[in-house]
Amino acid sequence: MSEEWEPKIVGFLCNWCCYAGADMAGTSRMQYPPNIRVIRVMCSSRINAEMIIKAFQSGADAVFIGGCHPGDCHYVDGNFRTKKRVDVLKRLIGYVGIDPRRLKLEWISAAEGEEFASTIRKFTEEVREIGPNPLKELAEEMV
Amino acid sequence: MNISNTVDVKKVVEAISKLPSVAICSDYQYMCSDPGQELIKRSIKEHDLDAVVVAACSPRMHEPTFRATVSDVGLNPYCFEMSNIREQCSWVHSDKEKATEKAIDLVRAAVARALLLEPLQSEAFPVVPSALVVGGGIAGIQASLDIANSGFKVYLVEKEPSIGGHMAQFDKTFPTLDCAACILTPKMVDVARHPNIELLTYSEVDSIEGSVGNFNVKVKKKPRYVDMDKCTGCGSCAENCRLVGKVKSEFDMGLAKRGAIYVPFPQAVPLKFTIDPDSCLFIKHGRCGKSPKCVDACTTDAIKFDDTEKIEEFNVGAIVVATGYKEFSAGKKQEFGYDLYPNVMTGLELERIFAPSGPTGGKPIIDGKVPKSIVFISCVGSRDKKVGNPYCSRVCCMYIAKQAHLLKEKIPDADITVMYTDMRSFGKGYEEFYERVQKEGIKYRRGNAGEVYENNGKTYVRAEDTLLGMPYEIEADLIVLGTGLEADPCAENVGKMLHLSLSSDGFFLEAHPKLRPVDTVIDGVFLAGTAQGPKDIPDTVAQASGAAAHVVNLLSQKEILSEPTIAVVDEDACVGCKTCMLLCPFDAHEFDEDKGVMTINSALCKGCGSCAAACPSGSIKMNHFTKDQIVAQILEVL
Repeated sequence: MSEEWEPKIVGFLCNWCCYAGADMAGTSRMQYPPNIRVIRVMCSSRINAEMIIKAFQSGADAVFIGGCHPGDCHYVDGNFRTKKRVDVLKRLIGYVGIDPRRLKLEWISAAEGEEFASTIRKFTEEVREIGPNPLKELAEEMV
Repeated sequence: MNISNTVDVKKVVEAISKLPSVAICSDYQYMCSDPGQELIKRSIKEHDLDAVVVAACSPRMHEPTFRATVSDVGLNPYCFEMSNIREQCSWVHSDKEKATEKAIDLVRAAVARALLLEPLQSEAFPVVPSALVVGGGIAGIQASLDIANSGFKVYLVEKEPSIGGHMAQFDKTFPTLDCAACILTPKMVDVARHPNIELLTYSEVDSIEGSVGNFNVKVKKKPRYVDMDKCTGCGSCAENCRLVGKVKSEFDMGLAKRGAIYVPFPQAVPLKFTIDPDSCLFIKHGRCGKSPKCVDACTTDAIKFDDTEKIEEFNVGAIVVATGYKEFSAGKKQEFGYDLYPNVMTGLELERIFAPSGPTGGKPIIDGKVPKSIVFISCVGSRDKKVGNPYCSRVCCMYIAKQAHLLKEKIPDADITVMYTDMRSFGKGYEEFYERVQKEGIKYRRGNAGEVYENNGKTYVRAEDTLLGMPYEIEADLIVLGTGLEADPCAENVGKMLHLSLSSDGFFLEAHPKLRPVDTVIDGVFLAGTAQGPKDIPDTVAQASGAAAHVVNLLSQKEILSEPTIAVVDEDACVGCKTCMLLCPFDAHEFDEDKGVMTINSALCKGCGSCAAACPSGSIKMNHFTKDQIVAQILEVL
């Protein structure tokens, strides 16, 4: 399994900054690994613990959340709420045996295409090193 | 082709066709073209579809196009979903197999989401038929005139006592050598006389709330200490001020002195005097001799020391941001000795030396004498990563050429050298002008200057001629720094109020670099001039007219449709804990004391979904981004 295993990353990107930054990476043809699957939301603060845990429960090897830089949030301070939630959740998932490094929050602006591509490149490598999500096997066994 | 280079479209179609909920799946090369849209319409009718998914480019590009397509044949526009398999798949991956696999996952997720999409209804609300223009430089002036000429009311807000901006400081404009004031001041007068324009000078935007069609604006009018209605602009107050000739004039870049009561320049609009509270003796110390001389001199009793800051409030349907630029602070390039040597000056300062109304009356006198050896240094603060400005400022090559020409005209025996990085003379008539200047005997030497230093009271510029591969030195009486353009930090506040994004260069980010260069991602907010990036006067005027056209387009609509993708409360489930209320950045939540439940004001909610994410009882539904829709996507991509 380990030879064929490719990390699967769920990405939640806010429409105004990070999603636009990912679009910019595309327009500029900047390459990054195809492991991330992006779900667009209007603001990163739409994402709550339930959704992140659902992703891990369902076998995601990592969850990436991308929001606007502090001060740039389209909704004033939604990104701060996301940061608070993610900080708490990181500690919580560590508690139940999920490596907190599997959950990442980054600020990427609409102009930072290269920043998006390199962040995803680095994060994919990081997840590759951490290995498969232990919950995945568990879930498969339960089935 | 854009997609099929790295994604096997046939395989995607095959996989998606197999999904039980998919009635029809077809591929078409240009889905956004007319025949592509017809294909969608036909499919909706033939198969009586409940929802449509298009897998193509970014929804930020064509979601509005396809929403309109599906609603043309009666499907609710919110029952449409777009899967971005171009910008976020085919364009960023090269492994065809993996990119195809990813594309299938993404489309499957979109289909799963589409099954759960609910039809949403927009509300129509009226558009306030007026506009706010922030910034009274040439961009703001042009935009205001265009909007006002179309019959709409304009509020033009300028922070300085007069409109005119940087262009008013220039002597001549390249490449036609038109006198800047001669072409600008008639426009300034037009603004002042226009019945549809309300001019708010010496004022700053204090707050902006609301959204497209109806923004509530508060403008802070700084105290002028002069009654605008009474002041005739005669100037006898300024002549008599005890501090006349003692206060540095901002308009003249500190090269000339004014009094505490002043107009920035003789053609100022409005031609009304202003007292500078930071220098006025009476305002600072409570006394000015026996009595303030300005009061004695004023025949219309216009001086008003008890003047206070006032807030003016109004509503507009659209906003143009034309906040302009700031000249690069030349002192940051310490090697050029700008702060050390009086004969090192910036391009903008030299403009004031040239100006007939400037500190030397237009005579080329620098540090007390007429310079004979002159060096221009280009790209000061532009194309320079060390100072954080990797971009080209677009105007310096040409203003240097113009200034070199004007100096040569005024001092025919002057020896003038331009040290340039690359010559960028891209505009209409620019290359021809550059050629003319070279023929006039101005020496162009490629390669940037290294440093400016002084030895025995003489100033030298050290540089490398990169065409000859040879270092050299020039003794110079005048060194002009071709300073570049930077985003004006004063604009930051306005940007924050409107939630505008910045590009990496610090200027405001347009909605699309090619196709929407005057729009921002905020509906109803447009950009004009150098607020969006360095540009010359023709480009600034063109963009300002473009922004005005968009404003007029918006204001001509009697009503616009609201965005129904907002949060709604399930009153039966809400326990009234008020958690959401604390989170909302727009104060859209209001507690209904009678029912003991929360309500959300649909006009104020912007649809971030933060409250829905936090609601402990799960009773807030974020329309179009419901929990079930997001979870369905999560399950499909894994």
